[in-house]
Amino acid sequence: MRLPELEAILADINRIILGKERPICLSLACLLARGHLLIEDLPGVGKTTLAHVLSRVLGLDFQRIQFTSDMLPADILGVSIFDRDSGAFHFHPGPIFSQMVLADEINRATPKAQSALLEAMEERQVTAEGTTRALPEPFFVIATQNPTHQIGTFPLPESQLDRFMLKIELGYPDPAAERELLAGADRHQMVANLSPRITPQQLLELQEKARAVYASPALIDYVQTLAAHTRTEARWQAGLSPRAGLALLAVARAWALLDGRNHVLPEDVQAVLPGVIAHRLRPADDTARTDVGAVAAALIEAVPLP
Amino acid sequence: MARSNRLVSRRQAWWLLATAVAASLPLTPQVPLWLSLAAATAFSWRAALTWRQWHLPPRWLLVLLVIAGTVGVFLQYRTILGRTPGVALLLVFLSLKLLELRAARDAVATALLCYFLVFGQFLFTQTIPTALLAGLTVLITTATLLVASDDRPPPQQQLRRATLMLAQALPFMLLMFLLFPRVQGPLWGIPQDRFSAVSGLSDSMSPGSIAQLSQSDAIVFRVKFAGEVPPQSQLYWRGPVMPSFDGRSWRVAQTLGAYAEVPYAGVGAAVDYEVTLEAHGRRWLFALELPATLPPDSTLTSDYQPIARQPVRNRMRYTQRAWPDAIAGMNETPSSLRGALALPKDGNPRTRAVAAGWRVQYGGDGAAILAAAENWFSQQLLIYTLNPPLLGPDIVDEFLFDTRRGFCEHFAASFVFALRAAGVPARVVAGYQGGEVNPVDGYLVVRQYDAHAWTEAWIAGRGWVRIDPTAISAPSRINSNFAAAVPAGEQLPFLARSDLAWLRELRYRLDAITNGWNQRVLGYNPQRQRDLLADLGLNEPDWRSMTAVLSVLCGGVMLGLTGWILRNRLRVDPALAAWRRFTTRLARRGIAWQPWEGPLAFAERAAGQTPIHAEEIRKIAALYVRLRYEPAPQASELAQFRTQIAHFKP
Repeated sequence: MRLPELEAILADINRIILGKERPICLSLACLLARGHLLIEDLPGVGKTTLAHVLSRVLGLDFQRIQFTSDMLPADILGVSIFDRDSGAFHFHPGPIFSQMVLADEINRATPKAQSALLEAMEERQVTAEGTTRALPEPFFVIATQNPTHQIGTFPLPESQLDRFMLKIELGYPDPAAERELLAGADRHQMVANLSPRITPQQLLELQEKARAVYASPALIDYVQTLAAHTRTEARWQAGLSPRAGLALLAVARAWALLDGRNHVLPEDVQAVLPGVIAHRLRPADDTARTDVGAVAAALIEAVPLP
Repeated sequence: MARSNRLVSRRQAWWLLATAVAASLPLTPQVPLWLSLAAATAFSWRAALTWRQWHLPPRWLLVLLVIAGTVGVFLQYRTILGRTPGVALLLVFLSLKLLELRAARDAVATALLCYFLVFGQFLFTQTIPTALLAGLTVLITTATLLVASDDRPPPQQQLRRATLMLAQALPFMLLMFLLFPRVQGPLWGIPQDRFSAVSGLSDSMSPGSIAQLSQSDAIVFRVKFAGEVPPQSQLYWRGPVMPSFDGRSWRVAQTLGAYAEVPYAGVGAAVDYEVTLEAHGRRWLFALELPATLPPDSTLTSDYQPIARQPVRNRMRYTQRAWPDAIAGMNETPSSLRGALALPKDGNPRTRAVAAGWRVQYGGDGAAILAAAENWFSQQLLIYTLNPPLLGPDIVDEFLFDTRRGFCEHFAASFVFALRAAGVPARVVAGYQGGEVNPVDGYLVVRQYDAHAWTEAWIAGRGWVRIDPTAISAPSRINSNFAAAVPAGEQLPFLARSDLAWLRELRYRLDAITNGWNQRVLGYNPQRQRDLLADLGLNEPDWRSMTAVLSVLCGGVMLGLTGWILRNRLRVDPALAAWRRFTTRLARRGIAWQPWEGPLAFAERAAGQTPIHAEEIRKIAALYVRLRYEPAPQASELAQFRTQIAHFKP
């Protein structure tokens, strides 16, 4: 049985973003696994709304950073300004000092600005002018990026991409959901009316619970075999990194928690696998534009359960 | 066969071209120049085809080229059979096959042709570098075969996989090498097309003929002594004996009586050794004086030289025993000694005069004349040199009285002439003297520059006595080596020089490695195989029992490798084993469990397909999940799980 608070959270989000149960569940799993989320999709499919809704129902304070090509690291991290009254420099924290950060169109910014964000994500702290400042807890980044073939984008390098635990796509809603969206109330209003279901403290406890979900030796073997298989198989430029294996296991744990279980099943691993490999495995043949779902299915079917 | 009809990709074409070049290059010295050029042209054509992505040449042109190539090989050799024509033909086929790479099967055929060409190299040489090069080419060819089936992985991965495959094949190779029934003859017992001239001792000796050999450091034979290596001054390796003299050259006897075993008795200690003789194209088998035994398939001439039935055209090995102190020739008669006294009617009057003086002084006392001759030679102040001056018609006189500079053949020829002129039977013996012990493996190596000529005189009551006239004038030639005996400043072969110690050390090591290869790999003959099998407890095996042993051992290796690969898969979790029984039963009902399918997902699918068993299936799946994926499963739950499955009858 799913925990009641998680049930309520999911219900709230699904009421506003229609027909996207699976991506929503995945993004919540990513948050519970203390990972960061990358959403690649066209503008207007509800990326920002998703971030807004998540921050509202989880009771997190929220900042949005719109990435542009003239952005500097200080625009994200903050800057020290001389205060004439006190005669000293005062640090003005940037938008990164927030529990939930939406980094919109991250691949519009230059690599310099990108790496400032990604380092902060990885370290969960910011070092500016010799002082290290911890970021708030919980801390969750949702980055969105435009499909990389669009003009004026700086594609994130593999090493940066690896820092996102999951990459999902929202996609267009199905006809029924879209009609309901068109007929329904104003989404902004609905978001504004949402009240938090849990406190940040409870969220941290949930994250702790997700981490404690049991993974049996047989399941760990399975995750390892999956990762190893991508390394021997010739169809990818490089196999999954150990960090990717850890991410796969962590999200699978959160997925099991969302399903109300205290142990991970192979089904959990298989459910989250597309999101974990989507931005990590590149086909050896660059010209082949393959669907992530098909690639994940092929990988799953190639590896028997140990 | 969609697979074999797949087009050959550019990457595959590059691999094949590289492999073909690697397999053909070592054969360049063996095939005629026009063929090398034609193959190079075909390879460049292939490169252009791949690079520019041109169309392949039309089939009629290829057919014409095949005919032209075959005719060319035929015209070159007047046959297309045999070693070199066969290899040449293979090269023709390989270079043309590259021009018709269409489908995957062409790629495979090309790679297989490359294997054959690698094999072809061994028909010409079997040295360690050849083997290493061939091993490398086999590795590349194997990688190319892998590329032919899947060209996506990067080259290093293909090479790594090919290396692994060859490594797995290695135990089988060793077993086959050691245990496959052997035929008599060398490992690569292909008869040579024609015997290529090898420099070495010939059946005649004239001034300058042995001095020529002194510039060659080619190896004649190697010797492994059973005990201590005898002193250098005893190492006389008997070769052709030359009793007949025509005024300028000494020759071996035309007709040779032959003994099946040695006609003399041993005296004193025997020396046992094993000779590994390089091919030299003659029938002589060199033996330490005097031979006590005969190598197999050989006879002893009447002047005590072992000769083989057939010319030595492949490296051979024989064990031998020598009696250094044997007394031979006690059974000679005046008629049998007549040849050892014959001299041309005229010429060399000054030597004849000296000899006539000894004859007057000592009469028929051969021993006294011999002593006088030795004494006289030592007083002539003869000089041992690599560069003796040219001699006119009376070679003995000019050497002994005018130039006084000569190499061993001058000394031996003049000494025998003088003895014969004095009425003492004598003859020239050619062969090798000395040799050098390689400190690395203990083998004594005898090289062409150790070639030497000495003499034998027949003394009543003592038989044939060896006298080395060179040693009278230049004792260091015998006691150390010839390099020590020649005057300083004369040009010496590289290996005979005593400076450049580190280079010599390096040469010693290389030579020891080559010798080890010759002895252990190339020299692995039926006898050695029998010895090895006897060590394994198989005495006098025939080919049937050897085949049985081979099959059993190969099977054992195969089982071992398989077990090694399967060792993880064979260890099955008991819950998983029971689960497999359960899924097998469902599979019989047409509901197959995919090995990657999660248990709950499968249970839902199966339940949907047979709703009457739905509850049972869900229960079993839940128990399975409990056992495999939940914390701390109990043994009782496993028992319960098994019972559930035992009772499950879909």
